[in-house]
Amino acid sequence: MIEFILNDKKVTTSKPTGSLLVDYIRYDQHLKGTKIGCREGDCGACTVLIGSLVNGRMEYKQATSCLTPIANIASKHIVTVEGLNMKDLSPVQQEMVNESGTQCGFCTPGFVVSLSNYCLTETAPTKPKAIASVDGNICRCTGYKSIERAAHNINDLLVNKDEHTPIDWLIENKFIPTYFKDIPQLISTLNIPKKVNERNKLVGGGTDLYVQQPDELVELNVNSSSHIANSTYITFEEGIFRIGGATTVSELQASEQLNKIIPNLNAHIKLVSSTPIRNISTIAGNFVNASPIGDFTAFFLALDAQLTLTENDESRTINLKDFYKGYKQLDKTEAEIITEISFAIPDENTKFNLEKVSKRIHLDIASVNTAIQIKVIENNIESIHLSAGGIGPIPTYLSNTVAYLQGKELSPSIIKKANDIMQAEISPMSDVRGTEEYKRLLLRQLFYAHFITLFPNQITLPSLR
Amino acid sequence: MKNIDSKGHVTGKSIYVDDIPTIQGTGYGVVFDSPKAHGIIKSVDYTKALALTGVINILTHEHIPGENQIGGIFPNEELFASKEVHFQGQPIALIIAESEHIGFKARKLIEIEIEEKEVITDPRVAQQKGQLIFPPRTFSLGSTSDAWNDCDHIFEGKVEINGQEHLYIETQGAYAQPLESGNIKISSSTQGPTVVQRAASKVLNVGMHTIEVDVVRLGGGFGGKEDQATPWAIMAALGAQLLHIPVKVILHRMDDMRMTGKRHPYSADYKIGLAKDLKIKSYEVTFFQNAGAAADLSPAVMERTLFHATNSYFIPNVKATAYSCKTNLPPNTAFRGFGGPQGMFVIESALAEAAEKLGIDRQELQKVNLIIDGDEFPYGQIAEGVGLSKAWSTLESKFNLEAVKSKISAFNKNNDALKKGYALMPITFGISFTKTPMNQARALVHIYSDGTVGISTGAVEMGQGVNTKMLQIAADVFSIPANKIKLESTNTTRVANTSPTAASATADLNGKALEKACNALLERLTKSAANQFKVETSSISLVNEAILIDGSPSEMSWIELVDMAFLERVCLTENGHYATPLINFDKDKEKGHPFAYHVFGLALTEVTLDCIRGTYDFDAVKIVHDFGKSMNPTVDRGQIEGGLVQGIGWMTLEEIRYNEEGRLLSNSLSTYKVPDIYSVPKEVVIEPLDTEGTEMAILKSKAVGEPPLMYGIGAYFAIEHAIKAFNPQYQSTFDAPFTHEKVLTALYS
Repeated sequence: MIEFILNDKKVTTSKPTGSLLVDYIRYDQHLKGTKIGCREGDCGACTVLIGSLVNGRMEYKQATSCLTPIANIASKHIVTVEGLNMKDLSPVQQEMVNESGTQCGFCTPGFVVSLSNYCLTETAPTKPKAIASVDGNICRCTGYKSIERAAHNINDLLVNKDEHTPIDWLIENKFIPTYFKDIPQLISTLNIPKKVNERNKLVGGGTDLYVQQPDELVELNVNSSSHIANSTYITFEEGIFRIGGATTVSELQASEQLNKIIPNLNAHIKLVSSTPIRNISTIAGNFVNASPIGDFTAFFLALDAQLTLTENDESRTINLKDFYKGYKQLDKTEAEIITEISFAIPDENTKFNLEKVSKRIHLDIASVNTAIQIKVIENNIESIHLSAGGIGPIPTYLSNTVAYLQGKELSPSIIKKANDIMQAEISPMSDVRGTEEYKRLLLRQLFYAHFITLFPNQITLPSLR
Repeated sequence: MKNIDSKGHVTGKSIYVDDIPTIQGTGYGVVFDSPKAHGIIKSVDYTKALALTGVINILTHEHIPGENQIGGIFPNEELFASKEVHFQGQPIALIIAESEHIGFKARKLIEIEIEEKEVITDPRVAQQKGQLIFPPRTFSLGSTSDAWNDCDHIFEGKVEINGQEHLYIETQGAYAQPLESGNIKISSSTQGPTVVQRAASKVLNVGMHTIEVDVVRLGGGFGGKEDQATPWAIMAALGAQLLHIPVKVILHRMDDMRMTGKRHPYSADYKIGLAKDLKIKSYEVTFFQNAGAAADLSPAVMERTLFHATNSYFIPNVKATAYSCKTNLPPNTAFRGFGGPQGMFVIESALAEAAEKLGIDRQELQKVNLIIDGDEFPYGQIAEGVGLSKAWSTLESKFNLEAVKSKISAFNKNNDALKKGYALMPITFGISFTKTPMNQARALVHIYSDGTVGISTGAVEMGQGVNTKMLQIAADVFSIPANKIKLESTNTTRVANTSPTAASATADLNGKALEKACNALLERLTKSAANQFKVETSSISLVNEAILIDGSPSEMSWIELVDMAFLERVCLTENGHYATPLINFDKDKEKGHPFAYHVFGLALTEVTLDCIRGTYDFDAVKIVHDFGKSMNPTVDRGQIEGGLVQGIGWMTLEEIRYNEEGRLLSNSLSTYKVPDIYSVPKEVVIEPLDTEGTEMAILKSKAVGEPPLMYGIGAYFAIEHAIKAFNPQYQSTFDAPFTHEKVLTALYS
């Protein structure tokens, strides 16, 4: 039995907890404003808000309901486009009308929900953030320019928003219905889900599992990783950065400490997936998915991260770079789960960079990705970690290249030689994301890009040609 | 006026097929399709699937009461494959189950054995083996063979153009409901209600009058639902006919992508000859259209490729030949532009090649060869009202072309890792269905006794705003507010024998029919008023719901006039019929006057390349567009922005990939990428071309649906221009789309 709030009312369902929120909304609750475009989190037509009660107040995020199992929304507030409707159009809806941000209208509820979530965020409004809020919504009609104009107008309407208690301000200014006020009280009356059944399949955000095997999962009861006690945390003590296994990408992105360690964190994460997916997907899920092209795998390989694997209260710690044994083969038993990801916090002389190129720059799977962590003192490479994805059966820590570069002078000729070594330790395959030749060329270029980006005074593109 | 559907859209209240409340007892249809691209069906075993609890029945070709045939132009496409399969994804059966989920489970239990035959995916291979959908066609003007001798420069080359997935966000779907006396109502997400009705009647072996097709709106069509909405609608109808239950068929995205056809890929050879003054003297082109496994709309698409083979240029000697090649891919189909874009891409490539070899700017060649009034198109029509030279000078002055060029060259001098490029793309697009009989439409108008108005036309609303334009026409003629007018769903029982909503011509055809109907009603009402006031009808006018006599208000309002007319037993219903005058085309001679008019325009595309990573960003697209006199600038701007971005998508990141076995590799949204909000040009500026419009267009407002897509072609040549700034050795390959992969490869070739 799962209880949650759907728009302004409490609902209870006995459907399998692995069944999908979008189907529940559309076919059990007959709320047809939430649309189905792809069932794989790539179009955003099914976007809803998921609200959580945190320290007595509601926090909202947008998510794709097509990948969200019912298990993950126990005790949450789910808001569909119907739940945003009031007597008059909200300013979000009105601006979409004013700017003709809707043509066929099928994607529109998703855009309205995403933009409404943007209004609900507890941050100062900026135009890039307004645009970023619809980075997971695809529109095939408008060419987006009208939606851009609408988003900019909405942003302008938020300049006086109270960032600390946005909900009150938004109710007062008729962005959202008044019932939002009552949600914390309503949520507190819900039954907390019972202890998880250990035999059930564990699901994190579901953003990959429900793309791969939806037909099987929707019939099952599943466990939500967020229901595991103490599974969502970020700590930094004694030089070690620790991330709980159920931590989502968005939670990680919001970490002030990580933003200090990696100043370009937001730019890097912008290349990975989309806001609604990052809001629900977990870092651990990106690892166990074992995709040879997982962006966070490349990211954490370059941080030389460690994983803590736990089974029945017994834990062990291994290096992420030793986790992958072969294509989709992990050093992990069926029952083990990743409970923690950790890495040594690099010192301030250490630089980090992530590069990724895909067919589409955003919300796409990489053709090749690569990350680097490097410390250069007096033009000497003191330490380096380098990873790449899309160039072999597993996400790869480029050991030979790292070994070669360790202790070397930072110079164009060394980098070019390092590329030769790198080319010898990769084995890309031709597929829909690119030919083998392209992936080799691309990795070279992205490898060069690390140095051109991090050391623009020493390394330039012409110096490497 | 804003799109009248906007409010419903932003509140999620607009209704699409899958939103229609489900009737009790509905069966859910899941299509079982061929796992192989070509072969003989040796056996199909449905036993296990039929035994699954919740499976109601499985329908195959054996259940079809009428013809197992859905081909529109040529009868060469089965609804359910009977003996042989011709593409992966070809429907073989429809599983009808108590839920969609059970249907999908059942599908996995079907066992099929296919004796594989040779798979052809390349149109040139198909042509060599004589695998043609129908005989080739040639359009010609002058004599190219004579003209080559007069040419100072001759260039030849090959061009490859990939297809494009429509990616309407609403997938294909239909919901059929059995009515009494064996009648069936189909709610379909189709651009062609009559296409569905006609084909369903053949398959179900019933009269067209027993099939009612209703369309409220589409969640995107772009041509993909002109012909290919039909199979699912018929399958649902067949289920309703045979099982006497409502049947819904909504394709899941991957099924949709695998089973449906796309924009046609083309391969082409060209030969172009120029004189010293850069005038094009002669152009020969051979198109190899990849039609897929059945005709579908390929013949008409191929014809439009030939119509637009010379784009915006006057060439005195032309020979354009096209082969429609049968391959083992899903039958390719209509897609915004309908073959025109491919024809244009080839001539633009030929000009680019000539410019590269001559060491001149591509736009110099474009500019001196633009069509002017009185020039003859290769299909015999004489150019009229041509706006190209004016568009060119407008663009030069409004957008300061020279400044853009010098800014770009200065940028390129100062940057190693980033390079900018630009391109100009003129368009000339003919408006009308090239099959003349299709250029007709009807509209049914009721004035209710309370003064409100109901309108039915053959136009299908799919986001393009046609219903908004229809409402404007009625509101304008009657001079009443929009809230007194309702646009009814498109329904074959109210407006029969409709042409599909396609060819950019829907607002013109249906709008003109509606205008006629409204004017006829207005005339009757005016006569009633004149009788009442005992004045000449010419003294009466209706303005803002008031009845004026010689310009002065009378005591009578619109509502009172309607009420009075009703009591006088005046007919308050009218059916308007419109058939485009003048147009004709003789297929034997390949000459005529096929188009009511042409739409012209010019786009300037500016791009920045990241030469480290091989990625690009579009800085701006600046367009001078021939709207005629736009009746709805808001709606029309949306069409231009949307068409442009779809065209850019086709030319850049959208890449359809089949493997040699004919299996679609780019089979989902994770492997086939359309533009997102970050992919679009930072700036899109549209300047209306100063023209008078044409009486052939509704309210002189020219058709706007398809033409802007072809501005996107400029994206390809802008990228190429930027590549050359980085790598002067680069040799153009003319192989669209220009993916990141091709860009990086070109930068370092």
